[in-house]
Amino acid sequence: MIEAEGLGKSFDGFQAVEDVSFQVRAGEVVALLGPNGAGKTTTVRMLASLLRPSRGRAAIAGFDVTASPRQVRQSIGLLTEHHGLYTRMRAAEYLSFFGRAYGLAPAVIRRRSDAWLETFGLADAGARRLGEYSKGMRQKLALVRALLHEPPVLLLDEPTSAMDPASAHQVRQSIQALRTDRRALIICTHNLMEAEALADRIAIIRAGRLVAVGGADDLKRTFLGDPVMELRLAQAVDGAAGLLPPEATATASGPDWLRYRTRDPQRVNPQVLTAMARAGRQVVTLAPVERTLEEVYLRAVGTPAESLL
Amino acid sequence: MTAAVAPHGVLSGAWIVASREIRDQLRDWRILTPIALLTLFFPLLMNFTAQTAVDFVAQYGAPIIAERLIPFLLMVVGFFPISISLVIALETFAGERERLSLEPLLATPLSNGELYLGKMLAALVAPLGAAYLGIGVYLAGLVFRIGWTSSPVLLVQVFLLTTVQAVVMVSGAVVISSLTTSVRAANLLASFIIIPVAQLIIGESLIMFWGRYNVLWWIILGQALVAILLVRSGLYLFDREELLGREIDALDLRWAWRTFRLAFLDGAPSLAGWYGGVFRRSLPRLRTCALLLAVALVGGYLVGVRFAALWPVPAAVFDLEGGRASLGANLDALGFISGGGWWWVFFHNARALLLASLLGGFTFGVLAVVVLMTPVGIIGYFAGTLAMAGEPVVRYLAALVLPHALFEIPAAVIAGAAILRLGLVAVSPAGGRTLGSAWLTALAEWSRVMLGVVFPLLAAAAAVEVFVTPRLALLLLAGG
Repeated sequence: MIEAEGLGKSFDGFQAVEDVSFQVRAGEVVALLGPNGAGKTTTVRMLASLLRPSRGRAAIAGFDVTASPRQVRQSIGLLTEHHGLYTRMRAAEYLSFFGRAYGLAPAVIRRRSDAWLETFGLADAGARRLGEYSKGMRQKLALVRALLHEPPVLLLDEPTSAMDPASAHQVRQSIQALRTDRRALIICTHNLMEAEALADRIAIIRAGRLVAVGGADDLKRTFLGDPVMELRLAQAVDGAAGLLPPEATATASGPDWLRYRTRDPQRVNPQVLTAMARAGRQVVTLAPVERTLEEVYLRAVGTPAESLL
Repeated sequence: MTAAVAPHGVLSGAWIVASREIRDQLRDWRILTPIALLTLFFPLLMNFTAQTAVDFVAQYGAPIIAERLIPFLLMVVGFFPISISLVIALETFAGERERLSLEPLLATPLSNGELYLGKMLAALVAPLGAAYLGIGVYLAGLVFRIGWTSSPVLLVQVFLLTTVQAVVMVSGAVVISSLTTSVRAANLLASFIIIPVAQLIIGESLIMFWGRYNVLWWIILGQALVAILLVRSGLYLFDREELLGREIDALDLRWAWRTFRLAFLDGAPSLAGWYGGVFRRSLPRLRTCALLLAVALVGGYLVGVRFAALWPVPAAVFDLEGGRASLGANLDALGFISGGGWWWVFFHNARALLLASLLGGFTFGVLAVVVLMTPVGIIGYFAGTLAMAGEPVVRYLAALVLPHALFEIPAAVIAGAAILRLGLVAVSPAGGRTLGSAWLTALAEWSRVMLGVVFPLLAAAAAVEVFVTPRLALLLLAGG
């Protein structure tokens, strides 16, 4: 549904995006992560036929972004970084304008607008001018604008920024509901929790280059190594490290706990439990050490975690 | 694969954009208040002015002043409301950029033409409507107050004049708005519209007070052509990437010099290579413009000949015998047949071409063509006058013009073609480059042909004109 191949963009000698290649299939959600200025918005703008790629090619729903820009724009619902509403208008007028621009019939615009405004809790604000809306309401209306023509591809730049937790939860649920086998989504976000919750795959972009693409677990394995398990014992940990099987490597220990890394927890963990039982050690818990996407992100973009503390 | 692209034509797509903006304008008191004042109050004030003027001049038996003032005020009543269109148009794209609402609009499947024309229509409809209404109020007031009614022709002229003026201002302002990053920058650049339009209004006023209403047709035609060129230019320059991509309006001299230098040198490894490039690449690129210019020069010559018939030189001042007798003395007095004369002729011709370049640079090349046609027109007038006097035209032209014209006319055609190309950059495709880059490349091309071909030809022409032509003239015309 979305294809990018060697995509690059330079502005007056500045390389904003370089050799970006990825695919997003129908029914898939991909989160695009990266620091400010990494090239996320430029990539999205190229995919939306707003910027011409300097190199490479991209296609949306089968349409080349350079050769068929109108078809590409018709196939895309774009939630821009800034909601950019016309503040003197009311919601219905605003959506009617964009609906007409996308070639929708007035009755269709009305029906879809009413449904989406209801879904996002904006139906009661219909009489108010958009300038009177809160930031979150504006963001939701901008999202409705992007959904109005039911595009097969959604490019959402910071869909829940400026929203209170309840509104953000509501929008995340709606995005989950938008995931169909006919629709592909790219979400640009700085909210890593949101990315992990919504996306099937995560793409990390740094200085214009794609440095990692994959599922959250795959990325954790790639950037943080094999899973780490934590074993808690009822008594002191002394000598317990020596009981671990060869496939488990001790990484750290405390008074009553021990951590080890293993490539295959499914197979190794039962062996560890058996070894401990044979040695008369009482195991309180054995659980994986939680590794966050934030750690992956910071490794990928090259910022040491300590610098953020 | 097919995608159901918004099924609207260019005009209905443009109307989608325009209708939203017009609705927005009609909710803005800052636009509504001046429009209301200029539509209702101002025409009534002009009625009062007209009546007072009529009464006043009638006391002194000078009704002609009132006769001229009333149509002039009709034009003014139409012009004032359309001046608001300039403000609206300057705000169109630059304002949307500032309010960050541009990107969602550009992300729609509306074409560049639909967006550009939509913005133009949006800036035109309300002020033009107000102008027509104001004219109506003014005319109605005149009928009731002093019983004056306009001739249908004058009415059509004023309506057309008001409309084309609004289109010219708006199309120019939308171009500016689409090329700037802020409303402030757009307002600063608006001087390029305000000053010429102000001059035009002064000119129109003089023409109306002079009572030469027929000249207004030419002004309407000229402005309609300018409007077409500006709309064409706006459509060509409108670029989603430029609108979104440009962050600041900074003058980057280093980039400008790099772009110019690259195009000027054209990758030539040596002076000989550069010269070869001028002949192999630059001159062939000017072919079409050169052809257009050559046609314009022939046209200028024919206009000169025609003018000789329309406005002949009085016989009293047309003394060929005396002229022939004093030819040698006159040539000496002008400094011909001397090194100083060569420099004077060369400098004069070079200055004329540089002036034509300057004028052509901001008039799409039009004024450059006019400047270059003028001397050819004068030669045509001279030839026509000689022909009417029964003199051998060919001999005179061969003696006084042809020797140096063999160098001068090719120089003028080549320079004119380069100027025309430079002036037309804004309205002709330049392979996806920015306006700045395309203009600098055309400027480099102009510099290449000027330095490589035109100035050497002018130097040769000056030498011939100063050292050869006078001798030939003396030989052929003065008998020695």
